[in-house]
Amino acid sequence: MTLSLDPAAQSRTESAVPVPPPTVAEAEAPSTQGQIVQFGPDEPLAMDAGVLLAPFQIAYQTAGTLNADRSNAVLICHALTGDQHFAHTHPVTGKRGWWETLVGPGKPIDTNRYFVVCSNVVGSCMGSTGPASTDPATGRAYGLDFPLVTIRDMVRAQAMLLDRLGIRDLFLCIGGSMGGMQVLQWAALYPERVFAAMPIATGARHSAQNIAFHEVGRQAIMADPAWAEGRYLEAGTRPAKGLGVARMGAHITYLSEPALHRKFGRRFQDGSAPTFSFNADFQIESYLRHQGLSFVERFDANAYLYLTRAMDYFDLAADHGGVLAKAFKDTKTRFCVMSFTSDWLFPTADSRAIVHALNAASAAVAFVEIESDKGHDAFLLDEPVMFAAAHGFIDAAARARGL
Amino acid sequence: MKQLRDTPPAPWDAAASLPQGERDGARIDHLVVLGLVPPGARVLDIGCGDGTLLALLRDRRGIDGRGIELSRHGVNACLARGLPVIQGDADTDLANYPDDAFDVVILSQTIQATRNPRIVLEHLLRIGRQVVISFPNFGHWRVRAELGFRGRMPVTPLMPEEWYETQNIHHCTIRDFVGLCRTVGARIEKATALDARGRPMRFAMPWWVWNLLGAQGVFLLSQEAGEVFGGPRQV
Repeated sequence: MTLSLDPAAQSRTESAVPVPPPTVAEAEAPSTQGQIVQFGPDEPLAMDAGVLLAPFQIAYQTAGTLNADRSNAVLICHALTGDQHFAHTHPVTGKRGWWETLVGPGKPIDTNRYFVVCSNVVGSCMGSTGPASTDPATGRAYGLDFPLVTIRDMVRAQAMLLDRLGIRDLFLCIGGSMGGMQVLQWAALYPERVFAAMPIATGARHSAQNIAFHEVGRQAIMADPAWAEGRYLEAGTRPAKGLGVARMGAHITYLSEPALHRKFGRRFQDGSAPTFSFNADFQIESYLRHQGLSFVERFDANAYLYLTRAMDYFDLAADHGGVLAKAFKDTKTRFCVMSFTSDWLFPTADSRAIVHALNAASAAVAFVEIESDKGHDAFLLDEPVMFAAAHGFIDAAARARGL
Repeated sequence: MKQLRDTPPAPWDAAASLPQGERDGARIDHLVVLGLVPPGARVLDIGCGDGTLLALLRDRRGIDGRGIELSRHGVNACLARGLPVIQGDADTDLANYPDDAFDVVILSQTIQATRNPRIVLEHLLRIGRQVVISFPNFGHWRVRAELGFRGRMPVTPLMPEEWYETQNIHHCTIRDFVGLCRTVGARIEKATALDARGRPMRFAMPWWVWNLLGAQGVFLLSQEAGEVFGGPRQV
């Protein structure tokens, strides 16, 4: 399999034509990744892997203004390959913020009313410490020496960031997919710090099917010789083919068959007949190759390994004796859970399991299943019904909090 | 069928129990429910629609309310009122609630549309210490007239759809419902019949009179001390 549209390029490999990897210094430059907080040797991150990570740093972006009571803070938790640029032009891709559909002046998360924070999760590659960061013990990139990260580690790091920003509790914690996992973890780990929670298109655990898809992606990366056992930064190579294939496979799971059919059908890329070759004859092939190619421009392969693993390990019920309701015992947080009809990665049944547990815990929970054929990625797209429901829930929560 | 007592257990003038001036545009049948819900109660309204009743109970009784609603439109309207409502239905979602999770569970004009009214009623009694339930009375004289004289399935204000498009698959009369209460071991604490305009009938009368003149029945039930016969009570 190749990511190139040029058949002649099949004989080439990325390792044969090395591209300069992003240096650690570049990856952590505050100028492009927003603001950065450093946590020194005396403020380690206690990780589930049993490691104290120190020093480390968290990159984040904000929008809006924190009020005098510090009661209007919203934490946005980003998804697997997301980042802190929720309402800011992306420094690598030049694209607009990934959640500007939901966040902004007059939007459901109104930046005229709320102070919105979004941080790059620990283990990622957009300015927060992760496997591409320099290991102070060796002076080279961590690579696979970086401790395995969990969703709970991400949340602990976010809590440390909020402590640093002087935010005691959140008005709202919101996120989709892996971000939704963080929202659930926030509500379970720091219930008194979360007034309202919106986990969207997510689950309280990663399903066997989802772990399977992630494993295929990881194996694609590791099968790329340019991955170099995770030491590609020193080797001066990039496992672009492996990471690209991983992204192509994953991207299919973010869509739905009806959406693929609507956008691409069986249409040919050029002309109307097959070329009798392995060129990207079909539009869908070309689209996926493009997705793979553009992804490798902005994402670190090892970070992809770590973050997919974090999702795989997530099982909130298992952390509470196998009973999900215990994770939310006596919670005062008000929840709004959302799912999408065509999402087969985190199907509505996953959201219902969360809702049932919240019911069993007597929590205040709202739940809406939104009709959409756009699959899992619907939460990032223009979904007026989702916006209307979010508007209603967030406005009512703001009234209840006196905002 | 077990013997029915000749009169409802608690003659109850629902209309008289409402303070004057509290009406304020609210539906009369909602005010009847309002009169049955103690202040500050934890309330689950199943089939809560756009949340009008829950909002009324919250604003006038200070209840801690939750809802279940089938339609997305209804759920969105509830969210906008700040009501925690989940999209779901009575047949599938009640099993997930723990015993005695609520002080009052309300099922308004819905039981006749469930697939299994008996199991739904048993769940209501398990989940709530008290159950407020209302339903269109298929024994109402107008229904009988439609069926008996015209030979047609009745279409009334409470049952506005034709037989081929109605959601109502388990019609019952007030006396039928009293029979189901006996079967599942529910104690009828209060009962009333509302006339075609939703006004409570003011006088205690034998069941058969209510069954003839009531357009809908409104019951306040609780678990009989001890167990619910054959109920799905969880341990």
